[in-house]
Amino acid sequence: MKSSVKMAKLTSLFVILLSFFCISEAVFEDQVGKFDWRQQYVGKTLFAHFESNTQSSKKMFVATDKNIFASFNSRTGDLLWRHVDKTGPEGTIDILLLHGQDALMVVGDGRLLRSWDTNIGGLNWEVVLDTGSFQAACFVAIQDTVKLVAVLKKAAISLHYLSNGHQKWVENLPDSDAVQYQAVYSGGEEEVYVLGVVPNSHLTIIAYSLEDGEIIKQRSVEASWLSSVESSCVVVGQGVLMCVDPATLALYTLPIQAEETPEFSQILLQSLDLEVSPGFQPVLVSSQPHPARSPLSEFFLQLGPDHHVLLQLNADGYTIAPLRDFQPAFLVSFATTGKKTVAAVMTPKNETACAINLFSVDSGRRLLDTTVLFPLEPNGGKPHMLYVHAFLKKDDSVGYRVLVQTQDHALTFIQQPGRVVWTREEALADVVTMEMVDLPLTGTQAELEGEFGKKADGLFPMVLKRLSSQVTLLQAWLAHLWKLFYEARKPRSQVKNEVTIETLSRDEFNLQKMMVMVTASGKLFGIDSKSGSILWKHYLENVQPNAAFKLIVQRTTAHFPHPPQCTLLIKDKDTGLATLHVFNPIFGRKSHIALPALPRPILQSLLLPVIDQDYAKVLLLVDDQYKVTAFPSTKNVLQQLQEMASSIFFYLIRSEHGNLSGFRLRKDLSTERIWEVVLPTEVQKIVAVKGKRPNEHVHSQGRVMGDRSVLYKYLNPNLLAVVTESTDAHPERAFVGVFLVDGVTGRIIHEAVQRKARGPVHFVHSENWVVYEYWNTKSRRNEFSVLELFEGTELYNSTVFSSLDRPHLPQVLQQTYIFPSPITTMEATLTEKGITSRHLLVGLPSGAILSLPKMFLDPRRPEVVTEHSREENLIPYAPEMPIRTEWFINYNQTVARVKGIYTAPSGLESTCLVVAYGLDIYQTRVYPSKQFDVLKDDYDYVLISSVLFALFFATMISKRLAQVKLLNRAWR
Amino acid sequence: MASVSRSFLLLSIIPTILILCADFACCNTGRKTGDGLDTDFSGFSVPLEHSFEVDDVSRFRMRGALQLRGGRETSVSLSQSQLSEEDRNNLKEVAAVDGLYKIRVPRVSLTDRQTERQMDGYLTAFVRACSLVESHLSDVITLHTDVSGYLIGVSIVTIPGACRGTEVEDEVDLEAFNTTLTIIPPTNAPQPETALFIERMDIEHEKRGKPQEQKSFFAKYWMYIVPLVLFLMMSGAQDQSGVGAANGGGR
Repeated sequence: MKSSVKMAKLTSLFVILLSFFCISEAVFEDQVGKFDWRQQYVGKTLFAHFESNTQSSKKMFVATDKNIFASFNSRTGDLLWRHVDKTGPEGTIDILLLHGQDALMVVGDGRLLRSWDTNIGGLNWEVVLDTGSFQAACFVAIQDTVKLVAVLKKAAISLHYLSNGHQKWVENLPDSDAVQYQAVYSGGEEEVYVLGVVPNSHLTIIAYSLEDGEIIKQRSVEASWLSSVESSCVVVGQGVLMCVDPATLALYTLPIQAEETPEFSQILLQSLDLEVSPGFQPVLVSSQPHPARSPLSEFFLQLGPDHHVLLQLNADGYTIAPLRDFQPAFLVSFATTGKKTVAAVMTPKNETACAINLFSVDSGRRLLDTTVLFPLEPNGGKPHMLYVHAFLKKDDSVGYRVLVQTQDHALTFIQQPGRVVWTREEALADVVTMEMVDLPLTGTQAELEGEFGKKADGLFPMVLKRLSSQVTLLQAWLAHLWKLFYEARKPRSQVKNEVTIETLSRDEFNLQKMMVMVTASGKLFGIDSKSGSILWKHYLENVQPNAAFKLIVQRTTAHFPHPPQCTLLIKDKDTGLATLHVFNPIFGRKSHIALPALPRPILQSLLLPVIDQDYAKVLLLVDDQYKVTAFPSTKNVLQQLQEMASSIFFYLIRSEHGNLSGFRLRKDLSTERIWEVVLPTEVQKIVAVKGKRPNEHVHSQGRVMGDRSVLYKYLNPNLLAVVTESTDAHPERAFVGVFLVDGVTGRIIHEAVQRKARGPVHFVHSENWVVYEYWNTKSRRNEFSVLELFEGTELYNSTVFSSLDRPHLPQVLQQTYIFPSPITTMEATLTEKGITSRHLLVGLPSGAILSLPKMFLDPRRPEVVTEHSREENLIPYAPEMPIRTEWFINYNQTVARVKGIYTAPSGLESTCLVVAYGLDIYQTRVYPSKQFDVLKDDYDYVLISSVLFALFFATMISKRLAQVKLLNRAWR
Repeated sequence: MASVSRSFLLLSIIPTILILCADFACCNTGRKTGDGLDTDFSGFSVPLEHSFEVDDVSRFRMRGALQLRGGRETSVSLSQSQLSEEDRNNLKEVAAVDGLYKIRVPRVSLTDRQTERQMDGYLTAFVRACSLVESHLSDVITLHTDVSGYLIGVSIVTIPGACRGTEVEDEVDLEAFNTTLTIIPPTNAPQPETALFIERMDIEHEKRGKPQEQKSFFAKYWMYIVPLVLFLMMSGAQDQSGVGAANGGGR
């Protein structure tokens, strides 16, 4: 942190001018989708089903970890419909079953049972289930038609009609304290079977009558080796329970429906010539193609990470015949169409692809012409799940399409003979952080720029070089003209500028940028901000699921020929250990730069304005012993750091102790603690800390008041806004604290307490203001509060700001307003030079993004209108903040579960680029002061030029006439 | 410490407009510490320690004692001794190498005397030693408390705050501290001003003049309706068939 910042000169004129452009306009109808785009995602797939097994079917259904049930068009990968349920465990989808037109879903750990119409995505019915955690569910058929669904809970089983959800019967399970009931099975008979286990003791089988829920029989089978039915047992063939025991390496079979007291019969894997990979837990995979029939007698046994065996249970019910050994094979899956069932097996082919083949289940023979290649991306995840859509072709042979889910949550749909139909990058449903990076210049522009970078080698070569680059520029311009001429003859629809990574170049106003997005799964994306197309992706393996990410732009595109450089700091939340991933944000390629060793947990990272000889900004990483590591750590950097050490300050916040402390760097890169502020955790806890954005510019240093005097802003670049919440949650005593702390000196600039308030607090800290939003517990409403800091009518030191030399505390003004909606996130617009007035972008739970003029959040809004306040264009105070629908920048393109908003300046002062992310991603541009520096689309060039020409000729003619007249007069 | 309590009152009376700057102005006019130390306080005292070393390793020594009094009117005063010859030289040396002058106070609660001993740790702040020297030891120390009266932070600034490199010749200037001490409790953030707004709206309504009383339709137009009804009744009684014919013609 540098303690001083240069201040620009004051121009108060613009403040007055800009206050007239107060309210932004909504988009026109013909501008819809012109500057904005939205992408909708669903998250990591947990369950996937295909519609009926015909070749022409187009629908597929997925349920995801984001509590979403959605349908895709399997031809295009587009979303047909999507149902977004509550976040958290309340909306968790426990199971998704599909039968005909009905999709059955158990939601919220057995809270609700829902049936959806798969055609239109409408809800057929919904019933609330009895309490108890969900265990299993299956369809139940009566006389060959599926009419019921059985739901097994921890202590009860219930049957519901498929047509209306009404409960047929519910029965408590006997002895449910001791027995863990884990599976329910129905094979089309008159009974439904519930399987429970007392771990390492015995297995319990209960048969219920479908008619009235009466217990028909109850068996207890000795099974001291069995710990879980769910993970180690499946039902195969005519109701035979097949279990695998990893300890004895044996398969156990048991006929469920047997009349007499049954017993497990053991088959050693050794006797089948099968061997389990050391340390691997064998897994059984079976298939029940139709709920009214018993499952197949063929099943898969997974013996290792890439070893599967297809086995068949013989008709006698206790002998097993191996059909085929698959090694290596990553994934297997069954698929049924009509009467035929096939097994799909994915095997590695070479470095860049996997092969998927179909095998006949009955014989284990490979079906001819069924190979499909799945391309493995070099920086992608490994295949994780296989969903097969099999269908009968016209010639009665089996055709199929396959959906492959990879570890990076991507879904790839492949058609025979290996054509990738579509890919969905579902990792983008959980974007954690992002940055926007300028695109590089075009080759010719870069060459011209590069000319200045090179060392001078004499006058003559320089002239030659200049001439040659001018010639190339001319060439490029002529080529461009030719292209324009050529394309002008074609109809407009055919001209398409496909954006590829090769053609990327900066546009005239720098409106097109590269969005670098980091997702929770550890996959990085480079997205073109204009079209939304994904230009590169890079999957980082070994990223812990709870890792924290920080994306830092170390070198921008401005330093040709050095490539831009981004650094991703990945920190494991449990251990605190951090790793760095350095890459080129334009191409996504990993840089081969020597990374510093980081053996200790990292507490803080800070990007210094110091640059090394390659124009990369220096990143400092502070470990838990307060030692500092610099990256890059060249000699040049270390020397600069030594020189600057006494002016580099940083702060650390340990919210669990309520401790804020400041440090100063020493010359040997150790640190010394120089200040400490402690907020007792018994009273309040720190929930969030925000500094200012380093790339923010403030154009005007003050505000011109009605009497023409200037009220100077308190622009402390080191100011931190610390928000706390009280530990006492009682509505009368709860409060939210807002502390403004100088990050260099630790001085508490302001301390405000919002009584009878609680979080979640959303806040924005920018320029000389902080805006925060909280819940008022007394009035039960959301409120906005704005704090503005002013130095007064005189500046203490107008040339340089230093936290160390600013003895007077600023004046603080504050006002509070009622906001009629809860909010989910908030950010302020950002422009190139900070001349444009600011808007707040507020993400609402409804998915709308509100562009709220900062003018409405101004603590100087007068309660009584005076001459001066009118002169200043202050809006009179009104306690309620309006929400106008024309302020919604995303009109009807709602962004589900908006989590963050990112703003970036463009080359045009009026324009700010906005990306809202959450479940969906939405990109647009906003013009907080309207487009004052852009001519309108419908600007009449013809009229203005014809008027100009007309005037020009008129002057010429009148001049001539006047001359003639003068001459004539002179002769007279 | 009348000035301190006055500013505190001011803050609590007008919570919407925070005038911390004005606050300072009145603090500066406050009397010098050192006199009136024998005032009878029912409060308690905590040490104020300072450290200034050439090698920037903190070695805290006693600077003075802070007399704190909690309760309704929180007040604070400071008794401190003069700097010794050795300290003065030391401070000048530290200033010459652009070292830091640090102060610290223990974490205490102003209201709850029981917890004072339980809390450990200090609150620390610093100022550049050169600015302290150049300001002739004129410093402003501010103590911040939270809602429940715990001390949460301390800050020190000098007035003037800049280091211009001017030599302090006179040794006497560095003998006694000229300290202004304030204690700042948190300010209450304002609530939405609904009452005032409604009042203003009402006044505006009144200004526009009272709206006309809503008379009923009949009360307003009885002079037209009664003759009309009378006329209709009379004409209807005279010639019923005529009315019927007129109606028929109308259709």
